[in-house]
Amino acid sequence: MNRAVPIAAVAVFFLVLWYAGAVALNAPEIIDLWTRNGTPWTTSDLVQAAWNMDRAVLPTPHQIVADLYHTIFDYPIIDVRNRNLLYHVGITASSTVVGFAIGLVVGVALAVGIVHMRTLESSIMPWVIMSQTIPILAIAPMVVVILGNMGFTGVFPKAMISAYLSFFPITIGLVKGLRSADPLALDLMRTYSATPAQLFWRLRLPTAMPFLFTSLKVAVAISLVGAIVAELPTGGVAGLGARLLTGSYYGQTVQIWSALVAAAVLSLILVGGVGLAQRIVVGRSGGPA
Amino acid sequence: MTAPGGAAGQAKPVVDIRSLSLTFQTDDKPVIALDRIDLRIDSGDFVSLIGPSGCGKTTLLRVIADLERPTGGTALIDGMSPEEARLKRIYGYVFQAPALQPWRTVERNVTLPLEIFGIDKAERKRRADEQLALVGLTGFEGKYPWQLSGGMQQRVSIARALSFSPELLLMDEPFGALDEITRDHLNLQLTELWRRTGKTCVFVTHSISEAVFLSTRIVVMSPRPGRVLDVIESDLPRERTLEIRETVQFQEIAARVRRGLKAGHSYDE
Repeated sequence: MNRAVPIAAVAVFFLVLWYAGAVALNAPEIIDLWTRNGTPWTTSDLVQAAWNMDRAVLPTPHQIVADLYHTIFDYPIIDVRNRNLLYHVGITASSTVVGFAIGLVVGVALAVGIVHMRTLESSIMPWVIMSQTIPILAIAPMVVVILGNMGFTGVFPKAMISAYLSFFPITIGLVKGLRSADPLALDLMRTYSATPAQLFWRLRLPTAMPFLFTSLKVAVAISLVGAIVAELPTGGVAGLGARLLTGSYYGQTVQIWSALVAAAVLSLILVGGVGLAQRIVVGRSGGPA
Repeated sequence: MTAPGGAAGQAKPVVDIRSLSLTFQTDDKPVIALDRIDLRIDSGDFVSLIGPSGCGKTTLLRVIADLERPTGGTALIDGMSPEEARLKRIYGYVFQAPALQPWRTVERNVTLPLEIFGIDKAERKRRADEQLALVGLTGFEGKYPWQLSGGMQQRVSIARALSFSPELLLMDEPFGALDEITRDHLNLQLTELWRRTGKTCVFVTHSISEAVFLSTRIVVMSPRPGRVLDVIESDLPRERTLEIRETVQFQEIAARVRRGLKAGHSYDE
């Protein structure tokens, strides 16, 4: 209850700001139209019109909620014209999850390699870091188009972009985690003459778990960003990226905002899923969260 | 040192160190941590290494445990090199901090070395129960380290060191971070444990009263370079209570340790 009040206060503040902003941004166009048509109007008329305008510069929350309801419940999920929003969420979610899974495998493999082989660190690490300095917006269309020409369409090219983004925080976080074992704990394992494998499974990996899960939360969120970005150059076929693109083509601002809300909710669910996995894994191995 | 209980006069010492030196190479100049140390520890002895910070007492213990390599001289543990002794699991090591794994329960911390040595589950459980009983922690098997006090955590780490029945117990200021009351209590428990198990113990400390209370022999060390100044044989009985600290005998030994430390300029600034 004590936490709910400040959160609600902030929410109310932003709603007020939003509705005020909708009036400020949408009013000039309406006034312009009414002046040309010679329609008489009052301030109350103007506010009403600004809050319910089609193709508004800034749509209002109730318009977005109405659009979300309409696009989720008024069409079947499998629709010939792909009008159901959940269908697009599903498309984006699947390439996000596949890309995240690839990123996880690659990221963990790189981290384990780097920690165990000095040469890998000096040869691979600069490339790993450099890979992330290239703007994803520049590389995503090329990857999607090239893979498309090679016959790879659908989930796979988009998943590659997600994987490209998500392996990085996993590698960096896990390398840090695997190296964070206490010198005393390492000495202890040495007094037992533990093998490298025993050292890894019984000390390094458990020590790295908190680092790994923090990285996974970052990774799954940017995996979603990668999937959405990868959907832009496909020409708006399906997915939340496509919804953003067609929305901006046709000036359907409400559709853009609905897609944004859907992406945010999807992101929350994915990060929440990682948090749940953390609780199960850490719970099983014991110890405080 | 003649220990009642049969260990006396045994030909082969548990620790036999001769002219042992260790020099650390640092960026500006080499640091002589140990300078021609001679030390012989017989089976059943409780030997304390005492000296100010930087006198090499921890380094000496780490050499015995094969955590550091000496640069000169020889160290034989049970007639073997420290590395062979480590591989044969002759010693258990108790560090300054408990070094418990926070994701393991008390019981699974105690059985960690047993898991590494490939001992089966039933036997692991049996030994954990036995060792936890020995350090007075029966009933805490399922707790996590963070649910225990500092003194209890250190007792878990002693149980862990004893779980695979090593011949030799190496302890590096195990009670250094604890308050005096807890420390007295643990010293009493430790001396009883030593008497009951008959283990050979090497104990690093910078507390004079702790060294005199626990030991059958006290090795006084001086810093820079680390040298042995004096070896004091204690004639206190093996069975000890906290009251022994009030006796003249105890005070005399403590005074001799203090004189030794003073001779090594341990009290100089």
